[in-house]
Amino acid sequence: MKSELTVNGRKIELDVEPRMSLLDALRDELGLVGTHAGCEHGVCGACTVIADGEAVRACLILAVQADGLDITTIEGLAPARGELSVLQDSFCETHALQCGYCTSGFLLAATVLLRRTENPSRAEIERAISGNLCRCTGYTQIIEAIELAAERLGHRNTNEPEGAA
Amino acid sequence: MKFPAFKYLRPSSVAEAAAQLAEHGDDARLLAGGQTLMPVLAMRLAEPEVLIDLGRIENLRGIALEDDALRLGAMTRYVDLERSALVAEHAPLITRALPYVAHVAIRNRGTIGGSVALADPAAEMPACMLALGAEIELTSTEGNRWIAAEDYFLGLYETAREDTEILTAIRIPLAPERRVGFYEVARRHGDYALAGAAAVGDVEDGRIQGLRVAMFGCDDLPVLAKTAAKAAETGVLDGAWLEADVSPTSNINGEAHIRLAQARVAFRRAVTDLLGVSNG
Repeated sequence: MKSELTVNGRKIELDVEPRMSLLDALRDELGLVGTHAGCEHGVCGACTVIADGEAVRACLILAVQADGLDITTIEGLAPARGELSVLQDSFCETHALQCGYCTSGFLLAATVLLRRTENPSRAEIERAISGNLCRCTGYTQIIEAIELAAERLGHRNTNEPEGAA
Repeated sequence: MKFPAFKYLRPSSVAEAAAQLAEHGDDARLLAGGQTLMPVLAMRLAEPEVLIDLGRIENLRGIALEDDALRLGAMTRYVDLERSALVAEHAPLITRALPYVAHVAIRNRGTIGGSVALADPAAEMPACMLALGAEIELTSTEGNRWIAAEDYFLGLYETAREDTEILTAIRIPLAPERRVGFYEVARRHGDYALAGAAAVGDVEDGRIQGLRVAMFGCDDLPVLAKTAAKAAETGVLDGAWLEADVSPTSNINGEAHIRLAQARVAFRRAVTDLLGVSNG
């Protein structure tokens, strides 16, 4: 079955079995393996992507349901090859990752938060990432990274977290 | 975890969906936001032959103010309800309860109709419907009917909805003076409730009147705590009478007496939330 969607700004036409999840389509059909398959039943948040401006779980959407959606994956966050977004850079600086498996999900969930909320409180940050599991960091440095990114974005003329660091 | 194979149908109208449901009956499942159904499929707890995706039926979405009710389309997502000024003004209980529903990414896809159709006993929205005295619209090829929330929830995942019916809308009666309160006990924020309470009522001279408290996560279905609510109207706010209304049994979450104690905490905090006093 056909499904036309936009992925990281590019129009894509998929022709997949209806039972294929958006997660598997991104990874196996499009080679975008930065979206990680964790629990594959909507618990861990590792597969979080942005769909029409909102964080969603790619494992709980069928690729055919994604027809017409505008999807951003981790591959679409950096402004250019070899660069990092402000948020990604903050993750590096505060050591907000260890094994990195959950990281792309956190980055996308937090990207949506920073687009919508200029100076998020700690509670707002915690709420925004409460659906993402990390088994390494204990979350503290992830929260610090998002706070750091929010502070840096506050000094810029744009609130688009995709911008270069 | 991969989904089992199924035939995927994407009707563009309620009539088309109802016809497809009538044709496939038991072999079909309706797909709303998919935040419960897709995990169920992933774990192969269900293997329907046909999925009927309601996602493209435009008039199933939306929030509208009618003469005497707020109408919520079944496919209205939680996130739309959360951001709705109409819901905040006319059904603030829903606005109050939504932050407790799972997490952001789930609320961005999950729908109110999906939750009410599923009727999970520990879910927030069914209890809110009961407390608010909502009416639920069910539509089939035969036409539509409205049913009161009190008559709709029948048991564990069991409702008055027939296999050939689609939950299409919810109507919440307008009651401008009514106050609301909500609380749930959960291990972690976003988890299903161990016990929860959704309360609506009027307050005059510091006294509560017309109190309705729907308890969830206690029994197989959300229930109105009528005895405890009557007691609360006379000033007994601690849910002392709650065991007349709910009967939690021992399960993986705890022994019966612990679960009853959790229900009392939820009741007391929801009612004190309604009164606008601190959540003691």
